[in-house]
Amino acid sequence: MNFEEHAAKPLLARYNIAVPKSRLAHTPAEAEDAARQIGPCVVKAQVPTGKRGKAGGIKLAGTPAEARQHAEAIIGMTIADWPVEKVLVEAQTAIDRELYLAILNDSATKGPMLLFSAMGGMDVEEVAERDPTAMRHFAISISDGPTLAIAQKAIEGLDLEAAGDELTATILNLYLAYRELDAELIEINPLVVTKENHVVALDCKLTLDDSAASRQKATAAQAAPERYTDLEAKAAAAGLKYIELGGSVGVLANGAGLTMTTMDVIAHYGGKPANFLEIGGEAYTKAKTALSILLENPNVKSLLVNFCGAFARTDVMAEGVVNAWEELKPDIPVFFTIHGTGEDEAIALVRERLGIEPYDLMDDAVKAAVAAANTRSPA
Amino acid sequence: MIPRKHHKLLIQGITGKQGTFWTKAMQDYGSNVIGGVNPKKAGTDHLGVPVFASAREASKTAPFDIACMFIPPMMAKDAAIDACEGGAKLLVCLTEHIPAHDVMEMHVAAKANGTRIVGPNTAGIVTVGECFVGIMPAFNDRVFKPGRIGVISRSGSLGTLISLNLAQEGFGQSVFYGVGGDPMIGTTSADALRMLDEDAETDAVVLCGEIGGNAEETAAEYASTMKKPVAAFIAGRQSPPGKKMGHAGAIVSGGKGDYASKRAALEKAGVAVADTPSQIPGLIRQRLKAA
Repeated sequence: MNFEEHAAKPLLARYNIAVPKSRLAHTPAEAEDAARQIGPCVVKAQVPTGKRGKAGGIKLAGTPAEARQHAEAIIGMTIADWPVEKVLVEAQTAIDRELYLAILNDSATKGPMLLFSAMGGMDVEEVAERDPTAMRHFAISISDGPTLAIAQKAIEGLDLEAAGDELTATILNLYLAYRELDAELIEINPLVVTKENHVVALDCKLTLDDSAASRQKATAAQAAPERYTDLEAKAAAAGLKYIELGGSVGVLANGAGLTMTTMDVIAHYGGKPANFLEIGGEAYTKAKTALSILLENPNVKSLLVNFCGAFARTDVMAEGVVNAWEELKPDIPVFFTIHGTGEDEAIALVRERLGIEPYDLMDDAVKAAVAAANTRSPA
Repeated sequence: MIPRKHHKLLIQGITGKQGTFWTKAMQDYGSNVIGGVNPKKAGTDHLGVPVFASAREASKTAPFDIACMFIPPMMAKDAAIDACEGGAKLLVCLTEHIPAHDVMEMHVAAKANGTRIVGPNTAGIVTVGECFVGIMPAFNDRVFKPGRIGVISRSGSLGTLISLNLAQEGFGQSVFYGVGGDPMIGTTSADALRMLDEDAETDAVVLCGEIGGNAEETAAEYASTMKKPVAAFIAGRQSPPGKKMGHAGAIVSGGKGDYASKRAALEKAGVAVADTPSQIPGLIRQRLKAA
């Protein structure tokens, strides 16, 4: 889960990393009021995505009236498909240098990775791409954490001595935040050295590990809401992974790999998948809930049920589907292909209760479902 | 390491519903289960084997080679470290949704104790016709038949489908190696490829990958050095970028880990890449004939 700047920065402050004084504003009037208290400020769009400055979502304001004008322009904008509903009004900082600091989970080393660059600010990714030496990488041992020596090495030779102690402290503090918050990524860009040689975080990007949400409840409650369609939100509330894809062939499968594969094979035979929806893992008993959500999508013209059960028992899943089908009586054709744990019982159940013969080959079931959807869809 | 009948297997969480169901399935198939772990039921017997308070405790009287975890995510780290310290040579970690920081700590413990972790979020390993560890339908003889094709998969369900496709076309399998759908797994597709390359019972290998990460690109590097034929299917060609497709590791972000780069890397390495799982047996037949 991701956090907007206004939610992430107070977390940095909790770990003794300096952030400018700021207030969140939902209306231009609130922004004006905040600017009156804060003085010369920056008005910043609050959306959980980068490139806000380039999109015109970050503006300097010298006066409260100016802050109001900027807020009027920014609230209601759309940045990377996110509607801007609020702005952060933040005190201006006298910047001497812009740096970049991040700690993230690195799958190559299977441990934390510390990243530091003296070329922070906008376009740090592009800079690092052009000049790989611009970004310094340090693999950190999760059992020991970073030492002061590593933090000193990160800033070595960059002419940052005057702010050196504050910088190394910031690096060590950010690591503490990363660990204690179960972050996947915690990034400060820019991390600035002020004209008075103090170190201040002007932004913060935080991604918290979804799998750790249950032990990070208070923090997780501050996360930006996921961008869901109504049906996706409904599925998420039921603990199901459902993604709408815009096509006409409904997909119900178990397991992430099989579900993705089913979508790919539908496309291979000239169809378009309507959704990703998997009921593998612990979700395999939720076939009925899953099916009713899937069928609420009006674009679905045919349904493909593809079960290849290992841990997920196909007889349990099939029973859920058959029950739901009898109850909902949907007006679309359904095609089954079932293999793996419990397949004999599952196939018998579908045959007896729905009078439908499951396909032995997945490709045949996919072709039939695609043909049915294409016949029933307006071209 | 490929599990064999003689390897001693310890099941952590043996007394739970899933632990019981799958331990029985493993025993019936021929796996050598020598004990289980549940601190609350230490000293009792379950499914005919002793239950210990911990893997370390078990190691004193019942040393084991392989540990298999049926443990919920928030307790997985402690169980994994226990297994490593108890001397597991191989730890099969089935658990999905373990917090990533815990996974990193597990990998540290594995390294310190010389344990190979498979997973997290793996469906396990089937040494076809001999034994299995995990939650794969090894006992379903329409899916798994003893033979000479190795199968590697990040996904249990896709691995099952590919194994079924092979069996339907008359190809038996030597080993199914589930590497797991998490982003930070202990045994990568490339590691598994090396094991099957060195396995005398395996003539050719099928690699079932998916979008996200760079496991297929790394596996391709190893595949380019292999004499045995390799065929691959990569799931997720139709998946939109920026969305986690079920598995925590299956996400294309910032243009990295996408289908095209994986396919290109594998094809460059001489791997036959299938458009659909059903093409796999044909590609394997072709390559075996040419070899």
